[in-house]
Amino acid sequence: MKVDNSLPLEYSTEENSLKILGFWIFLGAEIMLFATLFAVYFTLENRIGNGPSGAEIFEITPVLFETFLLLTSSFVIGLGIHAMRLGNKKATMVFFSITLLLGAGFLGFEIYEFVHYIHIGATLQTSAFTAALLTTLGTHGLHVILGLFWGLFILIQIKKRGLTPETANKSFIFSLYWHFLDIVWIFIFSFIYLKGMM
Amino acid sequence: MKLNIKWALLTMIITISTVLTACEPLLVLDPKGPQAKTQADDIMLSIWLMSAIVIVVLAILVFVLIKYRASKQSDDYEPPHIEGSLLVEAICIGIPVIIVIFLSVISIDSNFKVESTPEGYEDQEPLIVYASSSNWKWHFSYPEENIETVNYLYIPAGRAIEFKLYSYGPITSFWIPQLGGQKYAMADMVTTLHLAADAPGEFMGRNANFSGAGFAKNIFDVTAMTQTEFDEWVTEVHETADPITEDKFEELLEPGHLGRSTYTGTHLEFSPAPEHNHGSTDSEVEESEHENHDPTSAVEEMEHTNH
Amino acid sequence: MEFFKQFAVPHPSFLIYGAMVSIGLAMLAIVVGITYFKKWGYLWREWITTVDHKRIGIMYLLTALLMLFRGGVDAIMMRYQLSMPENTFLDSQHYNEVFTTHGIVMILFMAMPFITFFFNYLIPLQIGARDVAFPRLNALSFWLFFMGMGLFNLSFIIGGSPDAGWTSYFPLANNEFSPTVGTNYYMIAIQIAGIGTLISGINFITTILKMRAPGMSLMKMPMFTWSAFIANVIVVFAFPVLTVLLAMGTMDRLFGTNFFTTDNGGMDMLWANLFWVWGHPEVYILILPAFGLYSEIISTFARRNLYGYKSMVASMVVISVFSFIVWTHHFFTMGQGALTNSIFSITTMAIAIPTGVKIFNWLFTLWKGKIVFTTPMLYSVLFIPLFTLGGVTGVMLAMSAADYQYHNTMFLVAHFHNVIIPGVVYAMIAGLTFYWPKMFGFMLNERIGKWTAWIMSIGFLLSFMPMYITGLDGQARRMSTYSEAAGFSMLNMVSFVGAGIMAISFVLLVYNIYYSIRYASRDIGSDPWDARSLEWATHTPVPEYNFAVIPEVASTQAFWDTKKNGHELFKGKIEKIHMPNNSGWPFIMACFFFVFGFAMVFSIWPVVIVTLIGILVCMAYRSFEKDHGRYISVKEIEETEAKLRGAKK
Repeated sequence: MKVDNSLPLEYSTEENSLKILGFWIFLGAEIMLFATLFAVYFTLENRIGNGPSGAEIFEITPVLFETFLLLTSSFVIGLGIHAMRLGNKKATMVFFSITLLLGAGFLGFEIYEFVHYIHIGATLQTSAFTAALLTTLGTHGLHVILGLFWGLFILIQIKKRGLTPETANKSFIFSLYWHFLDIVWIFIFSFIYLKGMM
Repeated sequence: MKLNIKWALLTMIITISTVLTACEPLLVLDPKGPQAKTQADDIMLSIWLMSAIVIVVLAILVFVLIKYRASKQSDDYEPPHIEGSLLVEAICIGIPVIIVIFLSVISIDSNFKVESTPEGYEDQEPLIVYASSSNWKWHFSYPEENIETVNYLYIPAGRAIEFKLYSYGPITSFWIPQLGGQKYAMADMVTTLHLAADAPGEFMGRNANFSGAGFAKNIFDVTAMTQTEFDEWVTEVHETADPITEDKFEELLEPGHLGRSTYTGTHLEFSPAPEHNHGSTDSEVEESEHENHDPTSAVEEMEHTNH
Repeated sequence: MEFFKQFAVPHPSFLIYGAMVSIGLAMLAIVVGITYFKKWGYLWREWITTVDHKRIGIMYLLTALLMLFRGGVDAIMMRYQLSMPENTFLDSQHYNEVFTTHGIVMILFMAMPFITFFFNYLIPLQIGARDVAFPRLNALSFWLFFMGMGLFNLSFIIGGSPDAGWTSYFPLANNEFSPTVGTNYYMIAIQIAGIGTLISGINFITTILKMRAPGMSLMKMPMFTWSAFIANVIVVFAFPVLTVLLAMGTMDRLFGTNFFTTDNGGMDMLWANLFWVWGHPEVYILILPAFGLYSEIISTFARRNLYGYKSMVASMVVISVFSFIVWTHHFFTMGQGALTNSIFSITTMAIAIPTGVKIFNWLFTLWKGKIVFTTPMLYSVLFIPLFTLGGVTGVMLAMSAADYQYHNTMFLVAHFHNVIIPGVVYAMIAGLTFYWPKMFGFMLNERIGKWTAWIMSIGFLLSFMPMYITGLDGQARRMSTYSEAAGFSMLNMVSFVGAGIMAISFVLLVYNIYYSIRYASRDIGSDPWDARSLEWATHTPVPEYNFAVIPEVASTQAFWDTKKNGHELFKGKIEKIHMPNNSGWPFIMACFFFVFGFAMVFSIWPVVIVTLIGILVCMAYRSFEKDHGRYISVKEIEETEAKLRGAKK
């Protein structure tokens, strides 16, 4: 494995730079995925059948908590990557752990939100609007769940193997993923919740 | 090998020409109404234009294949390296652009023609017919005449007909080739199709969009007649036919094939067309209720006059 | 007992039972054969666990050929059913299943793997790379695709095939009107195969962007690689739409959501829209690589460089952009109004312009050439007029007012077969014949090959030209039967005869393979066609590392320059080569996907949960796995090279 020390650790081998480019392309596909979900949501937004509308079910408090947690976690993982570049294994691990905890907190609120929706009769089956809403939120939520496991695995690997070109590469790619989920959430927050509550 | 293609082409041409001459003219190219005429004209025009393109391409191809085949050239001939030429490529883009612009203009013009009351028939109020499909039948409701038929359609010739299409089930497509092209009938909205027949006659109508096991026989007969004959038929129906009831209509909706039948009244009274937009906003619901109200009030008036 | 009842085929017939028995016997014969010849180990080591792009490519090819015959049998059955009025060979339910599976099999499980075969086999060779960017992921792509294909074909014998058309428009495809599990198979099998396609799209884009030989700038790539690049960009942008669409369809059918229902706010038109937002670019995913292959073949046998390289690339970029803004032309008749139809009518016709540029560029490539009529060239030369015919009928269909008359008729069916068969199928067979010696070290028989091409073309014309006429005479597509009075029975009979002739040509293709395996000369060297690009610069058969020394490139036709202008391709000296290790995990993970899909189809939730956990465990394993690949030593490379050079001379 040829290691080029003039580059950041996560880019230092050819395989690493391939993986980062490949992941960017994957994110392109993810953008299309969420774009489709948003298109579906906007199409079905007002088709509420006999069920409730967005304005009737959205609650600002848990959503604000979710937004705060996810945005903070995105910032913290940025710090983690910075620490990784400085070669500080311990700080990297601390920041990654905080990121995952914040992500888990986000997920907790989202689960609460889902339970609440189902309680007040806005289930998957209620109407086209609720189906589109819960699918869009759910897809994002599933991404977060997968991300939590993935992040955890990387954390374990950093602990066991140290900051190698491989683990650095994985951490960097994971941070891209996490920022991406954050950006998707900003869209969800603005165009689903805020727009729906107005 | 070259003999082969000649024979193939010859066989093709002979087959096609015998078929074309032996049979009656193709339905779509034998229009009996203004909309179908517009479409048939577009089709014929594009066939000629496109044939010309195919012939040009074929001619160039045959020319280069014959002229530059290896067996005709000396062994030491080295084909030149040519990157391309801006002029030649500009021509190759330019001519198609002109053709596309030409066809676009025609296409847009025809689009607006087929989407409005047929030309030359604007002076008269169009006859409104609600045509709805169910597996695998067509129901025709005449709100003004207050009658309903199944699997057959009587229309007055020489008068614009405005079809309101919707479906009790899968998406279907309402098509009477000789009067004009098709349009979808769907369960959650009403589409409008403008047709007219120039003269009395009988036409084939069918559902053109695949809708399940009974699709092949999802057909109906269309008869265009003079306005007087049409009025006579309406009076006759009111004298002889049974009224359509909710139960009877439910029975008709059961999947399967049925013959023709005729009723007084329309199902629009108890099972209105989906003209509203799923209650997106309140005002729209009110509006569509108004729209719905119009035909029914017209029906009531008709009933009064008939009694 | 109740549990097992759901697996029965709902509309059994003699044909289906016959097929079941023959599939069962074939499976048994394969298993017995492999066991008898003690080939399980070989199969596992050399094929199932392989990450070599060439072997994965060949597995795609085998799948595609298998599906070509399955879809072909469907086609013959349909043509026979319609050859006579009131025919009772197939009842309407069976006919519906047959045309549904014909469409899906031919597009997604024949044409897609066929082009993916070319992507896999050719891209690394054409750009002078040793493998794709992510070899392990490439294996996963194949196995996901393969399992999707397997699951889809399983529907035939367990539970019943999908019957709502390959477009599966809702509400027809919903539980109310399609109560069997057939459409569940559709949703889930295509989903699994689609994920495979998406992953391979990402893989090829990365490969092309990052792994080109030194000196090969983007504008010096061979035309096939360019077409593959653009097709894969379309894959990455179009397939996520399909993923979401199928997920929503699955939820409507299995969880009772209301995306596409007709009450509670559902919107059936949404399915049609999203389907074609994916579906139209999908057509270009198929046709662009075909164009790429024709470019390679035409330039090779005209013995000239490809005319207008830049405009070829530009036209493909334009086509790929336009492919996303024309989808509405698949339902001009949905009642969007004249304005919307006009806009989409224009964008659709506009696609004809870049396509026309390509046709003219091929004609100008022939101009001043020295044209050799080999079998691949014959296909390409037949392609030009036949495809033009299909292209111009496409322009006719694009005129939306007239489309009200063509829509849903045999005219449309004739049009898209007229572009797909000469466009894609001919390209696949031409490409297969062209690259056969590269893959297997001997050539297919030219005489039989040319006969095949001619017979196929005659069969093609006879099958599809009559459909233009019956379409204009009011024959709707997907009708399982028609009455004598309709008056198109004779033309349908002609069409059936044509389909029979096409079937003969495909049998001839198989015979050619058999004949050539037995009799063809093995002494053909590594460049039998006197070709122009890098894939011909390495040995035949291609060693696993492709190139002992990475070539250095200076023009669009590097190998030709080496032969004619003394360009030196291989400058460096041999060094040890890093190669990825084989792995069984992609296969195992895909097997989990298969069982997961099957359990989803029949809603067996415990199995769904277990297999889902299995899939996640595979991913976790991969995350923790340490696999740094292996090295091939200089000595080993030199031995292989010496042996291959010896074989050549």
